[in-house]
Amino acid sequence: MLARSPQAALQRLFDEVGSVDQVGIEERVAKYGTRSIKKGAKIWGLKTAVSMVDLTTLEGKDTPGKVASLCQKALQPHDAELGVPQVAAVCVYPAMVKHARKALGSDTAVRIASVATAFPSGQAPLKTRLAEVKAAVADGADEIDMVINRGAFLAGEFGEVQDEIAAVVTACGDATLKVILEVSELETYDNIRAASFLAMRVIRPGDFIKTSTGKTSLNATLGNNQVMLEAIRDFYLDTGIPIAMKPAGGIRTAKQALTFLVAVKETLGDAWLNNNRYRFGASSLLNDLVRQLEKEKTGAYQAPYYFSEAAESY
Amino acid sequence: MPTLTAAKKSPRLAARSGRPAPELIFGDLWEFDPAPESADPKLKARYELFIDGKFVAPKGGKYFDSINPANEQKLAEIALAGPADVDAAYAAARRAYDGGWGKMPGRERAKYLYRIARLLQDRAREFAVAETLDGGKPIKESRDFDVPMAAAHFFYHAGWADKLDYVAPGRKVAPLGVVGQVIPWNFPLLMCAWKLAPALAMGNTVVLKPAETTSITALKLAEIFQDAGLPPGVVNFVTGAGEVGAAVMNHATPAKIAFTGSTEVGKIIMRGLAGTDKKMTMELGGKAANIVFDDAPLDQAVEGIVNGIFFNQGHVCCAGSRLLVQESVAGKVLAKLKNRIRTLRVGDPLDKNTDIGAINSREQLDKITALVAAGVKEGGGMFQSPCTLPTKGFYFRPTLFSGVSMSSTVAREEIFGPVLSILTFRTVDEAIEKANNTAYGLSAGVWTDKGSRILKMSTELKAGVVWANTYNKFDPTSPFGGYKESGFGREGGRQGLLDYCKLV
Repeated sequence: MLARSPQAALQRLFDEVGSVDQVGIEERVAKYGTRSIKKGAKIWGLKTAVSMVDLTTLEGKDTPGKVASLCQKALQPHDAELGVPQVAAVCVYPAMVKHARKALGSDTAVRIASVATAFPSGQAPLKTRLAEVKAAVADGADEIDMVINRGAFLAGEFGEVQDEIAAVVTACGDATLKVILEVSELETYDNIRAASFLAMRVIRPGDFIKTSTGKTSLNATLGNNQVMLEAIRDFYLDTGIPIAMKPAGGIRTAKQALTFLVAVKETLGDAWLNNNRYRFGASSLLNDLVRQLEKEKTGAYQAPYYFSEAAESY
Repeated sequence: MPTLTAAKKSPRLAARSGRPAPELIFGDLWEFDPAPESADPKLKARYELFIDGKFVAPKGGKYFDSINPANEQKLAEIALAGPADVDAAYAAARRAYDGGWGKMPGRERAKYLYRIARLLQDRAREFAVAETLDGGKPIKESRDFDVPMAAAHFFYHAGWADKLDYVAPGRKVAPLGVVGQVIPWNFPLLMCAWKLAPALAMGNTVVLKPAETTSITALKLAEIFQDAGLPPGVVNFVTGAGEVGAAVMNHATPAKIAFTGSTEVGKIIMRGLAGTDKKMTMELGGKAANIVFDDAPLDQAVEGIVNGIFFNQGHVCCAGSRLLVQESVAGKVLAKLKNRIRTLRVGDPLDKNTDIGAINSREQLDKITALVAAGVKEGGGMFQSPCTLPTKGFYFRPTLFSGVSMSSTVAREEIFGPVLSILTFRTVDEAIEKANNTAYGLSAGVWTDKGSRILKMSTELKAGVVWANTYNKFDPTSPFGGYKESGFGREGGRQGLLDYCKLV
């Protein structure tokens, strides 16, 4: 009986993938914040961060009109003079995918991501969740952000967790998959590392693991970002399979985004410093990035109303 | 039963199929622009001796240059003290002790120490830049470690000064009198604070000699003593090289001498003082074992290893210079270490992004180079970070030696540079034996998820400090000092104070 208990299953998984020391990793990530990014390096970092944004609206009150303005912002984050790149993707609920496709058109580099699988809780029958994925892809989604079954993970039912992810991979077809671990519900760094490995073993090269839904109390932090980057690194060096990463929720300022990028640079290296391998799930971040780019150009901070400030009014 | 889907391809399979093993690219895609710290260090062109509360010219009229090891340029001239200057310094210290400092109520002495600590905080950036210019350490270390920690030592001992009745419960304590101190070049300001704060809190007066390559921050600290109104003669600084140090150590006046530096020089000092009634404390060399067990959180252990050996270019007496790693994870740890040191930034110490700065002097660089050459000759597998080094100044690449045996030069001698020797072990007992098989015993590190093993190791390791799942952590409240040839006496905490008093 003991061998079948959730604790035993977790223990076996931890033994296999190794553990994480909380104090040590938080000390490590605190050092990223002391990197001083100036001048050309700052501009490169800010523009790269813009190109990595999954511009997101996930609200009950989303409308086709709101999604259309979000898409416009994604295509042109600021007036053309500043040379701000387009964002990587817009991220919307499945019901909004067709409106986003209409707003963006079919001939665009901006991708459409959709949070399928009964986001954010994932508490719907698997059949329902898979149907949602297929519907979003059929409506024109290029990327699917799924949530893992945290209940099954915490109960030690890893086979179930992985089988469900594998089923979503199949349902995605050609669409890229992002697997949301919902780190705040896994609670410990050990769990985050273990869940990262469970997901990476069944997804495809270029698919993502993602921190959070943005719908719980704690979202992306440098600490859980680092745990996942290190898991991706270890998995890549072991198998040659590159997995991409997306921190989401809570990254609001350009300074934060640059610090996350420093973590990428110093953990995974240059090959991950692009939007195929790294994304930010964010809404208000984009305007702060643009504001900082404007400041680098003019030497002064512009008034907020130059940047269509609130995410509400894109 | 839950089943785990196996990884799609193991590295062995990848190798067998003829494809190169996956590698990470740490290139220049996102190169950081220079980010130099811009605070003014407020250096003088010439620094005099600090005797009896005043800056005075050396009686011999001689000066020597202090250079910036990062670019070999002259920073300032430093007075060269002669025997007559040392006599004058001790005479001033004697007068200050007899004239009131020793009898002053502790709560009054505390006020001076608090004032010194606050003034140091006020001028923290200025001191950090001066320390980096003079010694070569990265600005992020002088800014975030050396200067704040020096202030912390003055604050902590200021707190003790009016509570001396509780240092030795049931006994009364009294100051020793005049104390002679000689400090090294690796933490110039911090060592000054370590030595001065407990001595002053207890009511002693001091003659101190900074290291000849790094005298500037001590003499800047003398400016703070003047600003704080510290009575003349309570602290005196005499500057110069070994012969000045010998004059300070062998003078008839001091009741106690305190030395931090190499074991070699420590032995010479002890020989010189044999037969006298002088008290001594010695904080000497080290060759610490940093022990990693297979159940340790490896990425954090790697961070600890890096912090243990590359902190302050490895110019740390308690540096974790011998890595003992359990055989079952040795390959993994080495691979992780290699990737990690590729991301260390070596270069201009004043740049806020520099992780490893300049070696303190040409002499030390030559010593490191010679020991590393010996390591290569003895067959150690060497790996160095491929980073580019500045063309001027004294720099050394972060270096790993794998497959080192206990008899290798690089496993036995203190290198005092950014060079890590990697040895392996199989069992707990073997780890303990290898860790203790050294003439030194200053510090050790243990990395494991198992609490009981930490307790066993900390009992068995013959080292003054044992860090568990961390390394190079310091605090004024925590006594620091060695076993065996790493010295005797403790600095910091209640134990450190006991070394600056007599029980009455």
